[in-house]
Amino acid sequence: MLRGERGRAVQEALQLQLEVGRFFGAKRFVPVSNVHMMGDIEVMGDAGKSFLERAAQSGAKCAKPTTTNARCVDFAHVESLKQDRNEVRKEQELIACLRRMDVITADTCINYQTLYQPHLGEHVAWGDTGTVIYANSVYGARSNFEAGPAALAAGLTGRVPAYGFHLDEHRRGTFQVNLKADLDDLADWGAVGRIVGSAHQDYFAVPVFTGVKRSPTADELKQLGAALASYGSMGMFHMVGVTPEAPTLKAAFGGRKPGEVMTVANREIDKVYASYDTQGNPLNLVVFSGPQQSLLEMKQLAALLQGRKVAKGSQLFITTSNGVKSAAKELGYLKAIEDTGAIVLEGVCFYILQNLPQMRVREGWSNLVTNSAKLANIIGAHKFNTILRRTAECVDIACTGRDVL
Amino acid sequence: MKAAKPIRLKRAFGPVVEGEALVSTEGFSPRYDLDRWSGLISRPGHALEGHNIRDKILITPSAKGGIAAGWAFYDIRAKGIAPKAFVFGVTNPVMVQGAVFAGITITEGWSASPYNLIRTGDIVRVDPARKTLTLISRQKARGYALHGKG
Repeated sequence: MLRGERGRAVQEALQLQLEVGRFFGAKRFVPVSNVHMMGDIEVMGDAGKSFLERAAQSGAKCAKPTTTNARCVDFAHVESLKQDRNEVRKEQELIACLRRMDVITADTCINYQTLYQPHLGEHVAWGDTGTVIYANSVYGARSNFEAGPAALAAGLTGRVPAYGFHLDEHRRGTFQVNLKADLDDLADWGAVGRIVGSAHQDYFAVPVFTGVKRSPTADELKQLGAALASYGSMGMFHMVGVTPEAPTLKAAFGGRKPGEVMTVANREIDKVYASYDTQGNPLNLVVFSGPQQSLLEMKQLAALLQGRKVAKGSQLFITTSNGVKSAAKELGYLKAIEDTGAIVLEGVCFYILQNLPQMRVREGWSNLVTNSAKLANIIGAHKFNTILRRTAECVDIACTGRDVL
Repeated sequence: MKAAKPIRLKRAFGPVVEGEALVSTEGFSPRYDLDRWSGLISRPGHALEGHNIRDKILITPSAKGGIAAGWAFYDIRAKGIAPKAFVFGVTNPVMVQGAVFAGITITEGWSASPYNLIRTGDIVRVDPARKTLTLISRQKARGYALHGKG
């Protein structure tokens, strides 16, 4: 590959991987069985698009199944969201280009719930931090954060340099978190992620959770992981008795002593909710996104929204994958949701929606209410004031325009 | 001025670069903090709000942000607003992959805190092969006093 017999794109991909591996002191490569990459016009820009076009023109093809993360355009909603036609055209060209390289443009950030569930010890190369932390922690698979160009390189070469979470030494716990909180709602799990992540902003910090009161659901672990990765840049956690590499506390730490022991009780969770403030502006935007909603979350939202209407002057957005939306339609959940006036977008994440800054100004949005602690963190980049609330509270706010606290 | 002892860097990639330091006490994300059209640090309240990263050597304690940052360095390099180097205290693979892809010098870890030695505007050199960060000359305009012994 380095000699160029599989073309220039593959040669450059391996060179990139060699340099990254050298940086982190990797001694070898490991083969990967699955790749998940972020690549859309909002994050790539024109330069990234040109790079991809050159790679596609050279005839490069993915050596391993490679899927795409959520993107910035739902083509059915371009008009209603007044997105830029030129950028939308570029997004279409980009998708065509990825397909020429044999990339599966599935456009979802919940691939671990809907597309591929790696097994214990399986090496993968995933992008979107939420997918990586889920793979490492819940499945016991092995991945680093793979940014767009790095994931594409892994797709082309079928391997990654062995550093970070591919190695046993980085997978052991580094500190302990005793969970005393009730954690009844998805947003509570995200709040835990905010508390623990903010206090330990380090890719190589691995929290070990103990004391969990009941077996958490996949969607709860999804919110926890997404928030840990977002606030703490973390790529892995253990939960004793829940995750596969933590049958016991001792096993989770692998012989190490916890660097610190912290406790998260109801009081800490309540403080998280109390830390958000409307700043005297209207509560006219509620968003369920980041990560996309699973079918079970869609069912829950349908039940909460059944027979209600989104408040006049307010908007409610929900993002999910194409597959989940299709199933939700068949099952009647979609109708229950859309009848309220809510907008369900597929294949996108609200955070990277093309034209979001312009949309915010045009629609007079200042506050964004969500049950996703991750979204509440990252969307500040677009100058939103964010407010984290529990799922049913978010629905109430959408339907009344009033806060609950 | 007496030559300052170089700060040792733990890991490094890229060509040797020399330029004006831009020193931040706060972490950095090209997605959360940066206006990716002008190079200005735009997030309200960021320690470097209003500074431009173009051609600077950005010294920052940590990396923030997710996977999307990976394409962002290539994008800002193509737009001509990239810094000459990123000097991180701790970073994550996304920043490294992004910088390597864009061909921008990047380093992680330091033997001594650069905050006592280097101020915004000072001229510094990053040598990835030798894993060193060296103060070349003090910024003159504002006449900062030197904290360390130099």
